[in-house]
Amino acid sequence: MIKLRIDGNEVEVNAGTPLLKAAQKLNIEIPTLCYYEGIEPYAACRVCMVEVVRGRRRRMVTACNYPATDGIEVFTENERVRRARRLNLEMLLGRCSEVPVIRELAAKYGVEKSRFGYDPKEKCILCGLCVRMCSDIVKANVLSFAYSGPRRKVVTPFEREMATDVCIACGACAHVCPTGAITIEDLSQRRGEVPEMPLGPKTAISIPFQQAVPKVPYIDPDACIKMQTGGCGICAQVCEPEAINYTMQDEVVELDVGQILVATGYQIFEASQMAQYGYGKLDNVLSALEFEKMLNSTGPTGGRVLMKNGKEPRAIGLIHCIGSRDARYHKYCSRVCCMYALKFAHLVKDRTNAEVYQFYIDMRAFGKGYEEFYSRILDEGVNMIRGKAAEVVEATWGNEREGHLLVRCEDTLIGKFREVPVDMVVLCAAIEPNADQDRIGQIFSLSRSPDGFFLERHPKLDPMGTVNDGIYLAGCCQGPKDIPDTVAQAQGAAARILALISKGEVFLDPIRACIDENLCGGCKVCNNLCPYSAITFDDVKKVSIVNETLCKGCGTCVAACPAGAITGSGFTDEQIFAEIEGILADAGNK
Amino acid sequence: MPKPKVALYWAASCGGCEITVVDIEAHILDVANAFDIVFWPCLMDFKVKDVEAIEDGGIFVTLFNGAIRNSEQEHLAKLLRRKSKVLVAFGSCAHEGCIPGLANVTNRDEIFKTVYHETVSTDNTKGVLPQPKTEVPEGVLEIPEFWNKVCALDQVVDVDYYVPGCPPQSNQVWAVLDHLIQGKPLPPKGSILGAGQKSCCDECPRVRKEKKLKRFYRTHEIIPNPDECLLDQGLLCMGPATRDGCGAKCVKVGIPCRGCYGPPPGSHDMGMKMISALSSVIDSEDPAEIDRIIATIADPVGTFYRFNLAHSILYRVQDDVKEKRP
Amino acid sequence: MPFEPKIVGFLCNWCSYTGADLAGVSRIKWPPNVRPIRVMCSGRIDPTFIVKAFREGADGVLVSGCHPGDCHYYQGNYKALRRYHLLRRVLEQFGIHPDRLMLTWVSAAEGERWAKVTNEITERVRKLGPLHLKD
Repeated sequence: MIKLRIDGNEVEVNAGTPLLKAAQKLNIEIPTLCYYEGIEPYAACRVCMVEVVRGRRRRMVTACNYPATDGIEVFTENERVRRARRLNLEMLLGRCSEVPVIRELAAKYGVEKSRFGYDPKEKCILCGLCVRMCSDIVKANVLSFAYSGPRRKVVTPFEREMATDVCIACGACAHVCPTGAITIEDLSQRRGEVPEMPLGPKTAISIPFQQAVPKVPYIDPDACIKMQTGGCGICAQVCEPEAINYTMQDEVVELDVGQILVATGYQIFEASQMAQYGYGKLDNVLSALEFEKMLNSTGPTGGRVLMKNGKEPRAIGLIHCIGSRDARYHKYCSRVCCMYALKFAHLVKDRTNAEVYQFYIDMRAFGKGYEEFYSRILDEGVNMIRGKAAEVVEATWGNEREGHLLVRCEDTLIGKFREVPVDMVVLCAAIEPNADQDRIGQIFSLSRSPDGFFLERHPKLDPMGTVNDGIYLAGCCQGPKDIPDTVAQAQGAAARILALISKGEVFLDPIRACIDENLCGGCKVCNNLCPYSAITFDDVKKVSIVNETLCKGCGTCVAACPAGAITGSGFTDEQIFAEIEGILADAGNK
Repeated sequence: MPKPKVALYWAASCGGCEITVVDIEAHILDVANAFDIVFWPCLMDFKVKDVEAIEDGGIFVTLFNGAIRNSEQEHLAKLLRRKSKVLVAFGSCAHEGCIPGLANVTNRDEIFKTVYHETVSTDNTKGVLPQPKTEVPEGVLEIPEFWNKVCALDQVVDVDYYVPGCPPQSNQVWAVLDHLIQGKPLPPKGSILGAGQKSCCDECPRVRKEKKLKRFYRTHEIIPNPDECLLDQGLLCMGPATRDGCGAKCVKVGIPCRGCYGPPPGSHDMGMKMISALSSVIDSEDPAEIDRIIATIADPVGTFYRFNLAHSILYRVQDDVKEKRP
Repeated sequence: MPFEPKIVGFLCNWCSYTGADLAGVSRIKWPPNVRPIRVMCSGRIDPTFIVKAFREGADGVLVSGCHPGDCHYYQGNYKALRRYHLLRRVLEQFGIHPDRLMLTWVSAAEGERWAKVTNEITERVRKLGPLHLKD
């Protein structure tokens, strides 16, 4: 550690620390355009000039790359410094005359006009931050300087306009550019957004959502620069507990379990399938989940209801039954939408002065306390329009220039066609089975009901069981349901599971196959048929035998045994023959 | 004490069963010593009236071979039943119809058409068909009435025991006769004598694997591996669905079992059981491929019901298809 | 009296029997001509049962299991499928119209399909007329 004085204050830093950093320790801000922590300083903008006094020697240096040495004295705001900065800023202003950040900084030093020229279009100050970011940090090596003298500029390889083969579109160059000379179009779309909620930018390393368990960040390998080029690695540098591990791989863990609770959830109906509502096409048409995230106090807007232009909406339309109760998509009622739409209305009323319109087919306030909540919302002055909205279109509102939205619908209560102007539309899209519901179903041998959700063993008597012993269902994988219903079903399933664990014994159905070894000739027809490998061959007795614990009693081997040596208890040939004779007892004789 | 009386008779059969009785070699003398043969038209000159003269139940045992397909055979079966204490369905024809039973894939009219009209060597310009009764100047001639279907013996009269096989193996025949000669207690009625309880595979020395069949072969199409299961090699061997007791003689020399010993005790319908077993081990889940594999079975009914068509659940071809199909 | 076909339905426990049950619970009408017999799996259905049903006077037989890939026992319905194919051929040789036997897949959720299938076989057998195999 060494000691130095900055503007008369002593500070202790490691030898070699740039003066700019040392000054920050004293809360002295030295202006700079081209310093970026983590990137090797380059002293290009020369705005950070300071005066260093060492013994009797005084020198003007750039603070960003001048290393602190023991005993020196630094002045950051004396007249010599100001003069030097003024001149440098005047030269920058001559090159980039209309860049706000340069104009502001120059104005601070009393420079309004430059004697060195005027160029309103140029924005790049050739600081090279982007070049070093791209080569040193990202290691993509796309950007470089080309030419020399007044023609010097930052270029892509061979100055191609599209360098998409090498550029990984990470956006780091645009992020570090001090003057806004580099922009990236549609940055938010490219950086690994969670597809269902593109409400704001998301970094390559993040905590998936607030209630995530375990609540730790994960790295999206498709967005992470380190994983793509081997560069960056900044998150590992800043993480003091050294918890970042880029080499971690997905693991497949095999567990032996006796019972399984399937709670694979649901997905939201993709509202862009119904083009008439403009989702994905019109600004300020949101899905319910996006709106829910916006209302969340930890969400991108901190819980404020904002349009894309940052203003509060004056009116919001909530459209029910998107993709549900609709013969073209899902016939079933999605069940939770009416109530969350009412909650939205309540929160919007609470937080803004916006008018709220509910476009509903029927209000289904079926649960405990729900009808009371509905009455309360009506008292709050929410506009209820009974009729499914036909379409959402862009329109203007009064004589304003900015576009607004118009919801067209038939109000079936007054029997009139209506057009309701709003600033924002929220689509209450249906809960639907996951796209891979089929595959999950095959893994667990679960049937699906016509709506595509998993089929419970019995709709009334066993709503959480399945036809497979030891496999239970909970939540929306079995059908749309709200939180209380999900909790009830899940606790019921958990209780069933615990009951079996505490009992420690499993009762098997007595339906089993049994081979009479006095009749079995050992032809081995049955051995390959058993899906549970319950049939083995006894090489000593030369007969096949059934392991009665493994046998599930399907009876395939019973039917297939050419010698009739296998009996299926509960469904013997004789029993079924008797049934056939019984149900055909009235059949006429020849 | 008079020797117990014994009778042998053949109905619709080839005579092989009679030969198998003689095939017990020197033991035939023991039989002759132990029993008084009262009726055996194949070997000795007895008349029906000799049998009719015997008091009911006077014959200790009758070995009846051959299926029943006309009124004369029915008459003899009923007569012998009445006269015998023990009636044995001897051989596959009496047991379950056997090869004559395959006539059940057609009917009397078709058979007559073939026999009396269509065969190349037939010269029947007048189109004469056998009539049960024919008037001639001397009176009325009677011949037995030919039936529309072939029956096993127990479909006509009550049968006490069965000795399966086409023909029954001579060692098994001697075992049965020896049992009778020694006067051992008789087994429960309906028992199958001279055979085992398991399937033919039990006596087969070939090595069997777990089965997966991609096609079937007829015996002239491949030369089977001498040590491996014939069915595993795609040959339609009825062994798994056939009762043992024959000593697996056919399969030992590379000929697939035809199923002459009939179904084992657990089987209700030999052909259907074999159909079930075979199709279960066809190695395909694609309907078109399954059909292709099944098409390699030349004659399913003739294969699966070669010996027991008359005794099977469906027992004969119905007229359904002919009536309903164009 | 018009001919009312008698049809024996062999139904697997997990899909088709439950599907038929669902048809009932959902108040969907299906013809009473089909008389169901429950077995655990369509793989349990021995061809012997089918010919036995014809012998006992059935005019048609319906075999119904889970959809391929959905069998509760993984593979049983494929065994039923293979037996059905061979049995059709044998029935034809036996002079029984193969269309009197029908194999179909009805899941536990397909009450309406059950009604459709039973209507189909009933009408099919009605056209074929009585079989008269009962002694």
